[in-house]
Amino acid sequence: MRFEEEYDVVIVGAGPGGSIAAREFAKRGLSTLVIERRQEIGAPVRCGEGLGEVWMKKAELEYDPTWCLQEMRGAVLYAPNGKPVKIPTDNKGYVIERKMFEKKLAAQAIREGAQYLVKTQVYDVIKDEKGFVAGVKTKGGLLGARDFKAKLVIAADGVDSQTAKYAGINTFNPLSEVDSGYEYEMAGLKMDDPHMIHLYVGTEIAPRGYVWIFPKGKDTANVGIGIAGDNQQTAKHYLDKFIASHPEIFEKAGAYEEKGGCVPVGAPLEKPYADGLMIIGDAAHMVNPIHGGGMGTAMEAAVIAARIGAEAVSRGDVSEQALKPFADEWFKERGEQLKRVLKVRKFFEKLSDDDMNYLADVFINDTDLLLRFSDGDKFSSAVKLFAKHPKLALLAAKMLV
Amino acid sequence: MAVKADRDKCIYCGGCTAVCPVNALTLKETRIECDASKCTDCGLCIKFCPVGALSKVKKE
Repeated sequence: MRFEEEYDVVIVGAGPGGSIAAREFAKRGLSTLVIERRQEIGAPVRCGEGLGEVWMKKAELEYDPTWCLQEMRGAVLYAPNGKPVKIPTDNKGYVIERKMFEKKLAAQAIREGAQYLVKTQVYDVIKDEKGFVAGVKTKGGLLGARDFKAKLVIAADGVDSQTAKYAGINTFNPLSEVDSGYEYEMAGLKMDDPHMIHLYVGTEIAPRGYVWIFPKGKDTANVGIGIAGDNQQTAKHYLDKFIASHPEIFEKAGAYEEKGGCVPVGAPLEKPYADGLMIIGDAAHMVNPIHGGGMGTAMEAAVIAARIGAEAVSRGDVSEQALKPFADEWFKERGEQLKRVLKVRKFFEKLSDDDMNYLADVFINDTDLLLRFSDGDKFSSAVKLFAKHPKLALLAAKMLV
Repeated sequence: MAVKADRDKCIYCGGCTAVCPVNALTLKETRIECDASKCTDCGLCIKFCPVGALSKVKKE
């Protein structure tokens, strides 16, 4: 392996966003280097590992049995009183094995010509005389302390992104705009339907969040929780309590992995670019704030960023103006929708257990509408369903405009 | 000022580094480093930690 001192594109972070971007840049013939802090791409996992097929298509990924572990055909949402609401969908998805998934994505990018450096930490950006981001400074890993110049830098380094901060962009996450996540991967579970994801809501169960069971096989699953980051008790506290209170599922279960993490669930970064820099994925808070999923949105943004970024590099203009179309396209395609989804999240955050039980009862006959509503769509039809409930109607009028 | 991670509890998810307002925390694969010259003792990371592994370092 021979590494250059200068690349067309340096990508920081080898998650799904970074590796899809690497593949797309390399495919267009740009010299591409991906720098990853971890020694093993894919691990440790900080994720519930659910991925809709629609996102795989956007990123041109085919079904692969080595990482598409279990097909999902919908969700069962459990109201605080325990009443299940079955939400089948034609948009199937998979619970994936992310440790394998991320390696396969890196392998795809490498086959297209991208280079990877693992166990290597980016500790600053290089700026040129015009103030453009023009590379990164690294330490550790195969090469030790090195500077890499780049015509374009992509920050795909996750929720704890430092790269954008080194470039002077504020990507700070206030506690009220993150979820604290914790998860066990378990075997020996007794699940009603291992082809549905199971979601549990309630102010005592998961304050301003939810508990999930994402089956990875017929008796194995990711069992996790995401709660608002400013709770007094830890995420682990609530998840352990949940597991202890459901012996019908967990009596014979045991955990073989512990995972955790921080999920940015506020609004997406308004300006995910600067001179010589593009920011994608969790680093730009490109996450669905209802369910906290960010792999699909990151890969979708990566595809857009690589197309616009490659054009900019080949024209020799990586200024803000040249990169802005990336943000315009992404906001039109996804960002505006995520902002509407955030309104729905804020609305759900205000609900008491009684309110949630009521909503479960009214939506049970139109779960398609519930899906559309939680996707930031069909506000007025959804609100009509609970218009007779004075508190909810008032709350909706205030928060869902 | 500084925080420390209880290595028996910490799962190295790096979430604390994401919520630190002054970038005092760094995740180094199997440890959390805190830059005492940056840390302001605001306590956000302690509140955030999913497993309750962080605490303030008592002054000498």
